[in-house]
Amino acid sequence: MPEMREQLNNFPILQNVFDKLSRTFPGQELVFSFDRQELAVRVPKEHLLKILTFLKDDCGFNTLSDVIGLDNLNIRKEGEKRFAILYQLYMFPAVQRLRVRVEIGENEVADSIVPLYPAADWAEREIYDMFGIRFAHHPNLRRIYMDDEWDGFPLRKDYPLEGKK
Amino acid sequence: MTEKNAKPGFFFGSLDKLITWAQKNSLWPFGSGLACCAIEMIATAASHYDISRFGMELFRASPRQADLFIIAGTVTNKMAPVVRRLWEQMPDPKWVVAMGNCAVSGGPFPTYAVLQGVDKILPVDVYIAGCPPTPQGLLEGLMLLQKKIAKEHPTRMIYARDARTTE
Amino acid sequence: MAFKEIELNMGPQHPSTHGVLRLKLAVDNEVVLRVEPVVGYLHRGIEKLCEHHTYFQITPYTDRLDYFAATQNNLAYLLAVEKLAGIEVPKRGQYIRVILAELQRLASHLAWIGFNANDIGAMSVLLYGFAEREGILEIFEEYIGARLTIHSLRIGGVPHDLDAKIISMILAALDSIPARLKDIEMLLSDNRIWKHRTQGVGVIPADEALALGLTGPALRAAGVRWDIRKNIPYSSYEDFDFDVPLGTNSDVYDRYLVRLEEIRQSVRIIRQAIAKLPGGESRATVPKILKIPAGEVFHSIEAPKGELGFYIQANGSEKPERVKIKVPSFINLQSLERMCRGYLIADVVAILGSLDIVLGEIDK
Repeated sequence: MPEMREQLNNFPILQNVFDKLSRTFPGQELVFSFDRQELAVRVPKEHLLKILTFLKDDCGFNTLSDVIGLDNLNIRKEGEKRFAILYQLYMFPAVQRLRVRVEIGENEVADSIVPLYPAADWAEREIYDMFGIRFAHHPNLRRIYMDDEWDGFPLRKDYPLEGKK
Repeated sequence: MTEKNAKPGFFFGSLDKLITWAQKNSLWPFGSGLACCAIEMIATAASHYDISRFGMELFRASPRQADLFIIAGTVTNKMAPVVRRLWEQMPDPKWVVAMGNCAVSGGPFPTYAVLQGVDKILPVDVYIAGCPPTPQGLLEGLMLLQKKIAKEHPTRMIYARDARTTE
Repeated sequence: MAFKEIELNMGPQHPSTHGVLRLKLAVDNEVVLRVEPVVGYLHRGIEKLCEHHTYFQITPYTDRLDYFAATQNNLAYLLAVEKLAGIEVPKRGQYIRVILAELQRLASHLAWIGFNANDIGAMSVLLYGFAEREGILEIFEEYIGARLTIHSLRIGGVPHDLDAKIISMILAALDSIPARLKDIEMLLSDNRIWKHRTQGVGVIPADEALALGLTGPALRAAGVRWDIRKNIPYSSYEDFDFDVPLGTNSDVYDRYLVRLEEIRQSVRIIRQAIAKLPGGESRATVPKILKIPAGEVFHSIEAPKGELGFYIQANGSEKPERVKIKVPSFINLQSLERMCRGYLIADVVAILGSLDIVLGEIDK
């Protein structure tokens, strides 16, 4: 992807990360995008933990800012899965950000990254509470905002704003 | 003339005035500060707006020692049973003030998680609108409550025992 | 009869939990073994509301997140929207935003010192803090008409310019702060009781703090130099000269000192911004109906509580597809368990206060 590499010419650290990822995981369907000065990479679900471990240990992304859940019911293209989970990483003290994206289908189980980044604990519980995506090997996967007996997942696009009666 | 409509005589009428005068000038609030309105409630209790001039500076932490429940902030569906239980723990006579748009009618949050108005679970005496109401607004609401208390007849418990004390 | 472990319930209605937070404590006599915070008692569904409102209409909702420093929330959201839409804020608008945001940081820290001291027992400091805060809230009442949830910024800049009267009010408020800080320090900093209650309490080492995602003054009290205003400057912060206070022992006392020093640095920033205020427009021209083409952005700022970030995904219409709020208190509260282990029940109150959480933003 030489055009992608070209776009990162003004961002040497990110260009370095791009090179390392492309070299270490060739042919594993990594899709990069660079928009509004932010680098994002889409990785397949099965290789998430491997790639995040590489990013943390070898590329220097030692801190996690946030874990974000998305419901793409209304905007997904043909053949794409319904949900996506974004991991917003940054490296300290060099201060560069990276967004890692994983697509999750309706009844699929995602991998928890809590063993790698303890800061993801409650953020993953929130995604489970709001979207219904389960995380394997999470230490305490319970609802966090709604009552334990609540029925439904509020942030899904087909859940009404005023709630179900 | 039934018991319920019995007018208090001179003695009980004066006793009423004395009791309500004491009640309205020494209300002990149970500050249930839930959200943003709680900060304005605390600002009212601080030295600039000084709720102490009305006798209400003694905010109690326990509902069993309070007689005025100021619900300041959004009541969510998860918090609603807690608010109800706190109100039930308060001894009579007690009054409820719904402070802020969220307590009055759900405020700017017409969502699945918010109770649209605390009067769905509690009887409210005074509604104070505002998001959040300014300290002057809260004080005006409390003065309105004082006027309401002054019109009550607590001695009805003595001469008309089967009627309610607060109506 | 010997019972080893008791489960105690603190909250959700409790005078010292700073809102509707429930803490389940497992204690062995007085020593805390485990803390499990239960949140969600103030969950209002703000993220879902954002999907049903236009970009302009969402700004007032962001006030209600961290209600102590409403302008900072506005700033984080608007910077993300402007990055997404490619809107450039004029220099004067950026400087005015810095002035308003730093005033709110002052208000937030003054309220914090009041609450924390009140929890530990020094009740006069609550009144001192709130008295000083009144001066700042009056400035906002003059500027925008409201005191607490103020919606003081707009997409593209600020709604009104600062005139001479407001600037003189700001300078008067800044002049009275050093004396007030001296009063508070005289009461607390060398006070034996305060030191006994706060030194050595709630210690968390720097590497664990980073791993748990702690941000804000608590992280700086652990000695980590992470301040987004310096590391990834936004809204012209690079034009100002200020220090980032760091602590060494990472206990409650250091967090108190760090925040006091941040108040002084904020005063410095505001004075510089007023002195160097450039001319020109204070708001960029923004179309009345703002439709943003598909894309996503994540932007964060240094709010008084920590790193506040907004992730916004646009879908080409005038309403966003998804807004996710990265809330500092949410992640900071996760480290409460680590900080409280092995301390006494009375220390839990001090540690929770020093973390400076706001339930409005935790529960969104």
